[in-house]
Amino acid sequence: MRRSIVAALVIALAPAAACAGGAPTDPQIAHIAYTAGELDIKAAQQALAKSKNDAVRAFADNMVKDHTAVNVKALALVKKLHVTPEDNDTSRSLTSDAEKTRAALAKLSGAAFDKAYVDNEVAYHKTVNGALAGTLIPSSQNGELKQLLQTGLKIFQGHEQHAEHLAGELH
Amino acid sequence: MQYSFTAAVVCALLSGIATIAVASTVSVTISDLAFTPADIDAKVGDTVEWTNRDYVDHTATSTDGAWDTDVAAGQSGKVILTRPGTFGYFCKVHPNMTGTVHVAPK
Repeated sequence: MRRSIVAALVIALAPAAACAGGAPTDPQIAHIAYTAGELDIKAAQQALAKSKNDAVRAFADNMVKDHTAVNVKALALVKKLHVTPEDNDTSRSLTSDAEKTRAALAKLSGAAFDKAYVDNEVAYHKTVNGALAGTLIPSSQNGELKQLLQTGLKIFQGHEQHAEHLAGELH
Repeated sequence: MQYSFTAAVVCALLSGIATIAVASTVSVTISDLAFTPADIDAKVGDTVEWTNRDYVDHTATSTDGAWDTDVAAGQSGKVILTRPGTFGYFCKVHPNMTGTVHVAPK
């Protein structure tokens, strides 16, 4: 399950998926970054509803707090810049894949859920961070958006490391 | 005789005060997911105070488990150093953030 989710995410985050033939625009980048955060919040909320593991719950709580904080900043910035985030194929793919993942995780419980949730968090953050570093940040035109994404990337790289440590403890 | 006795007591007190080590506070700033300075020197009995200028919460947690403080967004957190040695530390939420405290004996 993990390999197919990662493959789907890699395809979803390929630059051409955002718009035909070119790099994503700032409105699309803002939409993708915001969507990626919202989806991780939803995943964390599922973990908080299902997991009884303190370390997993603490991680999920951090995901809700951090991604909410970043998205609050993102919303404030797009409002200030009078940018309307633009829906796009990448955001739609991310959303659809995350829904499938949550549906699969909903069938699990206990240690099986915990491992699957954390493994997916490692894979999800790796892929989103790769897209941020390789496509979204280099393509962003506005300096403040670029800076927000750069700080966001550092935060999410921290999440990736935290998830990796946690995965090591659960396996 | 009373004057010289008083003077002797004051001198003794002052001598005593001069030999007491004064504990300090060493400050570390957290900004853009980094501890600055990343490497600090302190003594046993000193306080390290972290001030978080980021908009996400952090922690300062020693790798050997000796100390751990939350440093919420916009807030500060403190630890009093009780042992000499070199202590690596990190943020539990963002383990890519690391620092070191070198603690000298009192």
